[in-house]
Amino acid sequence: MGRRDIPEINAGSMADIAFLLLIFFLVTTTMDTDTGLIRKLPPPIDELPEDQDKVKQRNIFEILVNSNDQLLVEGEYMQVTELREKAKAFIASEPGNPTMPEFKETDIEGLGVVQVSKQIISLQNDNGTSYEMYIKVQNELVAAYNELRNEFAQQKFNKPYSELVQKSGSSDAIKMKMKAVKKFYPQRISEAEPKKVGGTE
Amino acid sequence: MSKFRKKGKKGQPAVNTASLPDIVFMLLFFFMVTTVMRETTLKVENITPKATEVQKLEKKSLVAYLYIGKPVKNLQGAFGTAPRIQLNDAFKTIDDIPLFVEMEKESRDEAERNKITWSLKVDSKTKMGIVTEVKQELRKVNALKLNYSTKKTDRISN
Repeated sequence: MGRRDIPEINAGSMADIAFLLLIFFLVTTTMDTDTGLIRKLPPPIDELPEDQDKVKQRNIFEILVNSNDQLLVEGEYMQVTELREKAKAFIASEPGNPTMPEFKETDIEGLGVVQVSKQIISLQNDNGTSYEMYIKVQNELVAAYNELRNEFAQQKFNKPYSELVQKSGSSDAIKMKMKAVKKFYPQRISEAEPKKVGGTE
Repeated sequence: MSKFRKKGKKGQPAVNTASLPDIVFMLLFFFMVTTVMRETTLKVENITPKATEVQKLEKKSLVAYLYIGKPVKNLQGAFGTAPRIQLNDAFKTIDDIPLFVEMEKESRDEAERNKITWSLKVDSKTKMGIVTEVKQELRKVNALKLNYSTKKTDRISN
């Protein structure tokens, strides 16, 4: 028996098959990674903590949002675009001002003993507030913190905070710096139980 | 002049397509690697608001989604226009959230159960009432790491 040559497989249709698969994956693919504002809820509590009303009024930055999406900040009517500056001024106040928050001496690794503001931002919204407005307010508050942290990190470590966060995985020294900045301007946003005052739904 | 003219009929030579499969395969592998199958079909309107300070969610496998919004147009006849919660593929109520949380945790590795981010995809026109109820419910079952899903923008307006 003579050996016969094995005929070559026709690969002409390979492109078609690959195209078919390609189109399938093209259609099913979702490339968008989710982005958003990351927040932590306070852990559940059975009863209200006792020291709740011990927080002094001067330490609280009060924001109320009503069902018409209007803002009342520290008793003052305000546009949402003005909120950032006001919040920054509150968070980064100088010690010794009786209308601004108290300060506490804290030992922060990498900074030594510093005066840290006891600021708390309290946010209360109505059940009728639109989600869009809520996000805007949240965004402005986060922006205020981020801007202050950036400024502070720039001044202390010659690098903006955002860069420290990005590079924090690479070295412990950077991570320590990032934590120090975070401790100097701790993000304290407290959300009160909403009130059902204006409007239904 | 006519010296150089080629004799005989000669059309354009065919483009060599031998490398076409290779190119297609390259694309195919790219999409195969980057693809994530769409898991749910949206039954609610979902245009998330815009914000400037957005962060990227790190691990897609550790994110669970809760959708809130008006039912889409062709379901409004049956379900009305009041905002609803969609978990996985169906409309659910507030009371179903603990079970949903439990199921989502169950489907992850034991070590990673506490690292799940709960991404709230809420339509920007929704009122806060239902969002707050959902948040309270999540808080009760210890699902504390939230993400308010938003799109990136350069500046916000009044």
